[in-house]
Order: sequence, then C-alpha cells, then structure tokens
Amino acid sequence: MATTEHSTHQPAPLSLYLATFGMLMFLTILTIFAGFQNFGMWSTPIALGIAGVKAALVVVIFMHGYSSSPLTWVIILASMFFMTIMLGLMLSDYMSRGWAM
Amino acid sequence: MSATNEIVQDHGQHHHKDLAHHFDTLEQQHDANTLGMWAFLLTEVLFFGGLFAAYTIYRYKYSAMFEEASNHLDITLGATNTVILILSSLTMALAVRCSQTGNSLWTGRWLLITIAFGLMFLGVKFVEWKHDYHIHLMPGKDWSGKDYWHWQYAKKAKDMETEAHKNGSAEHSLPDRKDVLADNDPSLGVRGIQESQQARLFFLLYFCMTSLHALHMLVGFVLIGIIAYFAYQGAYSPEYYSPVENIGLYWHFVDIVWIFLFPLLYLLGAHMGH
Repeated sequence: MATTEHSTHQPAPLSLYLATFGMLMFLTILTIFAGFQNFGMWSTPIALGIAGVKAALVVVIFMHGYSSSPLTWVIILASMFFMTIMLGLMLSDYMSRGWAM
Repeated sequence: MSATNEIVQDHGQHHHKDLAHHFDTLEQQHDANTLGMWAFLLTEVLFFGGLFAAYTIYRYKYSAMFEEASNHLDITLGATNTVILILSSLTMALAVRCSQTGNSLWTGRWLLITIAFGLMFLGVKFVEWKHDYHIHLMPGKDWSGKDYWHWQYAKKAKDMETEAHKNGSAEHSLPDRKDVLADNDPSLGVRGIQESQQARLFFLLYFCMTSLHALHMLVGFVLIGIIAYFAYQGAYSPEYYSPVENIGLYWHFVDIVWIFLFPLLYLLGAHMGH
C-alpha cells in the first residue's frame, strides 16, 4: 500500500456502529411505548424529540458528522435552519389568524 | 490491490489515479464530494419539508380527526419496517467502513445486503398499501358530497377488526360494501362529511409521503447497485471511496425521513387504543 497520499479518514471502530444500531433500536421501542401513553398535548413533542435524537445519531455516527469538515456542518445546520423557517413562519401565520379553513 | 494505488505520471507531477485534475489532494477532493452530496441532501430536506409543512398545518387544524385516521394504520407493520430500515442503515454504514479499510469484496456484499433489506421494506409496504386500499383508505371520489361512503367503510372495517380481536380470532372479514351504503347515516350530515374530508386529508398525506419515500428507495436501489458493481471491480480504495460514502449519505437520509414519518403517521392515534 505504498502511497504518497494520506488516507482521507480513519474508519470508526465496528463497536461504535453496533452500539449506535442498538441505541436506535432502543429509541424505536421507546417511541412506540410513548405512543401508547396518553401525554395529551405533549405526545407529539415527545415523539419528535425521540425522532430528533435518532436522526442526530444517524447524522453524527452513520453519516460521519463527527469527522465532517466545518463547511459540511454549515450545510447540515442550514437544512435545519431553513426547515425551521418554513415550519415556524407558516405556523405563526396559521396560529395567529382566525382564518376559516 | 497494487493497481488501485498506482501512481501515474501527469504533467511531470505525481498524481493518484483517482485524483481529479482540478483538486490538489485526495483529502480536498473527498471533502468537496461530501460537501456537494450534503448540498443535494439539503434540497431533499426541503423537498420532503413541503409535505411535512402541509402535514403540520392540517395536523394543527384537524388534530382530533388526524388522530382517529392515524389509528387505522397498522403499527406492527410500521414498526417492522422501521427496524428493517435501521438495519439497512447499519449494513450501509458497514459497507462504507469496508471501503475505508480497502475490503472491496465486503463493500459489495454489504451494499447488496442493504438492497435486500430495502426490498424487504418495500415488500412490507406493498402488503400494507394493498390492505389500506382494500379497507378504502385510498383517497378518491366519494369521500365528500352526499354520497360519501369510503370513510364509513373504513370505520366499519376497523370496528369489525376490533370485535374480532376481542373474540380472540386473528381472522376477520371485511364489511360488505352494500351494507355500508345501506347503513350510511344521513343524520351525520355536514359534520359527517367534514370528518370524512379531514380523514381523507390525512390519508392523502400518508400516501404521498410514504410513496415519495418509497420512490427514493427505488432510486437508491439503482444507485447502490451501480456502486456495488464498481466495488466488486475493485474501483475503491482507502484513498478513494467517495462514491460509497455518498451513496451511504443518501441512504441514511432516506432512513432519517422514515424515522420522522413513523411516529407522525402511525403512532399519532396509538393512545386511543386498538
């Protein structure tokens, strides 16, 4: 393997991927369990919170966010930023006006 | 695999054979590839985002009916598919890892295993959609107006299923369409039609979101298949594995979409009991 170039990124240990998978399975069970409880208005925030943690695990470990360049993180955070704008501004409109739908 | 690390002469300088002319180093090339893929995924986030926004607004407006409509979906099948898809994400992560360690054979194998899990997911989805169609959850005509009856049929099917579960029998028959039409209670009036329309909206979003997600998986199969072919050809090495990394990013994105779809579509009405 003689080469003048350095390897681009070191592979993560196998145990990290398996642990992440285990955590994702645990959170899937947790979200199903939470879904059957009646938390009233908190049901959806709880479900979205768990889904958010699962998505973060996938982005940081499976999608190599932990070793991505700062510029890549700008894009990752920008996607969340634009989603927040889209949902936030739309909801602020619908929730603040007495429009009949 | 000395061929993959071959150094070729180019303009009097030493270049790695996989290093494109306009990049200085493989590291720079890899970072640019990753950045480009993420930029594409950003547009994908906003693509699905439109549907999520529509879901959010109508969920807010018609909370009660959305919960009741959600209760008609099969949580067991949805949960099964969640497990299958996360498994496929793991095998995809292992494929990328094998390409990083220079194991071309297992890169290809893990990619094919990922496709297999993806096909299992679509198989379950097909069975589920077919059932949804048979119990008249598919939006179409006769969901509103004075002759609406699909939602009445779906509710009757649900009641019969609950009844069968209570009696401990796994098998249950579907309602007769003629009975539903005969029973269609005109006293439900405008309120009944409104409820039917709101439920239709939920199922419209359900079918749109799950089928757009499924379409992304179909595209994924083709792309993963191509990358797997090149992996078997020994095209990737620890110095150059960006295509594997990028198809991995795509597949994990598809997984993330489902991670949000599952609770929002299936678990919304779970607390109401089955």
